[in-house]
Amino acid sequence: MATVEKTKSVEKQKSDVVLNYFRPRKKLPSVWCAGCGNGIVMSAVIRAIDKLGYSKDEVAMVSGIGCTSRMPIYLDFSALHTTHGRALAFATGIKFAKPHMKVIVITGDGDCLAIGGNHFIHACRRNIDITAILINNYIYGMTGGQGSPTTPSGAISTTTPYGNVEKHFDPCKLAQAAGASFVARGTVYHTPQLEKAITNALDHNGFSLVEVISNCHTYYGRLNHRGDAVSMLNAFKENSVSTAKAKKLSPEEMEGKFIIGTLHEDDRTEFCDEYQKLVDAHMGEK
Amino acid sequence: MVDTQRTLLLGNLAAVEGAIYAGMRFFAGYPITPSTEVAEGCSRELPKIGGRFIQMEDEIASIAAVVGASVSGMKAMTATSGPGFSLMQENIGYAYITETPCVVINVQRGGPSTGLPTKVSQSDTMQARWGPHGDYTAIVVAPSTVGDTVTETIRAFNLSERFRTPVVILMDEIIGHQRELISLPKPGEHQVINRVKATVPPEEFEPFQLTANGVSPMAAYGEGYRTISTGLTHDPMGFTTNEPEEIKVKLDKLRNKIMDFRSEITKLRVEMMDDAEIAFVSYGSVSRAVLLAVALARSAGVKVGLVQLYTVWPFPDNKLRDYCQKCQKIIVPELNMGQIVHEIRRVMPPDTEIHSLQRYDGEILTPMQILEKLEEVM
Ligand SMILES: Cc1ncc(C[n+]2csc(CCOP(=O)(O)OP(=O)(O)O)c2C)c(N)n1
Ligand code: SF4
Ligand SMILES: [Mg+2]
Repeated sequence: MATVEKTKSVEKQKSDVVLNYFRPRKKLPSVWCAGCGNGIVMSAVIRAIDKLGYSKDEVAMVSGIGCTSRMPIYLDFSALHTTHGRALAFATGIKFAKPHMKVIVITGDGDCLAIGGNHFIHACRRNIDITAILINNYIYGMTGGQGSPTTPSGAISTTTPYGNVEKHFDPCKLAQAAGASFVARGTVYHTPQLEKAITNALDHNGFSLVEVISNCHTYYGRLNHRGDAVSMLNAFKENSVSTAKAKKLSPEEMEGKFIIGTLHEDDRTEFCDEYQKLVDAHMGEK
Repeated sequence: MVDTQRTLLLGNLAAVEGAIYAGMRFFAGYPITPSTEVAEGCSRELPKIGGRFIQMEDEIASIAAVVGASVSGMKAMTATSGPGFSLMQENIGYAYITETPCVVINVQRGGPSTGLPTKVSQSDTMQARWGPHGDYTAIVVAPSTVGDTVTETIRAFNLSERFRTPVVILMDEIIGHQRELISLPKPGEHQVINRVKATVPPEEFEPFQLTANGVSPMAAYGEGYRTISTGLTHDPMGFTTNEPEEIKVKLDKLRNKIMDFRSEITKLRVEMMDDAEIAFVSYGSVSRAVLLAVALARSAGVKVGLVQLYTVWPFPDNKLRDYCQKCQKIIVPELNMGQIVHEIRRVMPPDTEIHSLQRYDGEILTPMQILEKLEEVM
């Protein structure tokens, strides 16, 4: 009984933390479907920010267009809800203009990897200190379920009605190859790990990516017979393998599974720091 | 930085001087002829004054970064030409709807498409007004000399800050790549306007509040206001809306904050118009040849004058009508297939004879060609 009480009060505290960060005067509910993974990611982001003790004023949250990209408008931070795919380019302007700000980009698989792919690889290459949270639901949710650059081969979407003939991106490999200095993957099932991954990403100086495998049961789930939100979350549990465990598995055993945890970390120099050195060296010259 | 004395300066670098004078400390751009020297100049000068220069991956990203810097409180600018200007339209539209001050320089070259990278044109006059989709009102200025480029760039920043809106500077290859001996302005010589900042307590602040002059005070990121900007149509709080009444209020605001103050924004140069029977109306580099042609015609006794548009948009309907009211004939020389001439037709009484003088082969209109046209219509 005591443990039940204790769990309840911990749960309450946790949700109170989230409530502290909703934008005052903004009308709820959100545009998201009941059970959408976006809400889980939002609370993980909030908890990570809260844990790190950032003030609300030092956070800028930037997004593009999509279901996922609506997140900043609900939260009590400076929010720039931009054009489709361009969030990282806008965010680069904010971070470079005000390097002390913590700049977080919330983006979808279509937003980040299709229309925004060029901005993504260049933000990685510059290693500018921005944290990108990429919510990968394998589909274009907002526009009603079209194929995206992460839609698996063979999967059904409204623009791949006979099965997807294209190959998909692995955003984590792409980010690492392009120069991002922190790369992690999580899922909306593994919430404590997700919170930790986001905390580590925010704490890292340099470009950080957290790919979050998430459910769009409304489109991806329905079109591909993956069941409701809960069944999709359970599938994420079944199909994910921790970095430690993945090392022990053969390629055959890894078939159909994906790795979660920190996938890459290095200490390359950060863009704004390097530019500041250049300013210090040339300041006041004629 | 060049000292405040007589100096031989490239037009594109005059834009850099003007921008820095006006307080620009952030430049993001992507190289393209004939605008590249603006970016190069910024990459050299900005670190020396604690400013920031970044070469982005394309022009879409350049204007995006400029908007990001502006919402963070900096005066920011980008510079480009035809193909890059086309790429920028999406996020210039974002700057219109989010009412974000910034300056975009378009050093025009011939088009469409890659067109004529090294040759002059004025064929983006309409694109500068109507480039992004949707309803909004644009402010566009056009210098005609290297000296003008300094003052018009300062004016562009002032208008942008004053009206919380992007301002386009229409230069062209001739002005951008010309060197002229000019005097740079001394500190204090020109007024420098800064955006009105938010002062009310954050819980009372509305980032797109309707005010008497239509312009809402602005809060920079990181200063306690935690505002929201969205490209979705929004209410005074910045919250997205689908309410017809709120939508109309927002779109009216974008128009009225500029059109209600049109006389403050429009600027014309008027030469020898007092007794003129024939007027030339021009803008940009063409005005230089027109001015010489007018002087030559005057010495031969022809009653002709020049009205030069420093502000191309909003179009100076009333001022132009006033200056040209005694003219039966107007000649409009442009380096395109006739763009601004349609505005003059719209504004002038129907019995005014309006002649379009066009050149669109990548070459300039010479004073002789302008005189020939004058003779033809006389
Ligand atoms: C330039 C442009 N092209 C297309 C669209 C239409 N559009 C809106 S959201 C979207 C896809 C979003 O997919 P994703 O980024 O995966 O986000 P999700 O909705 O799945 O969270 C598209 C194509 C747009 N808004 N702008
Ligand atoms: S359509 Fe999909 S991504 Fe969009 S809110 Fe619904 S479940 Fe989420
Ligand atoms: Mg998606």
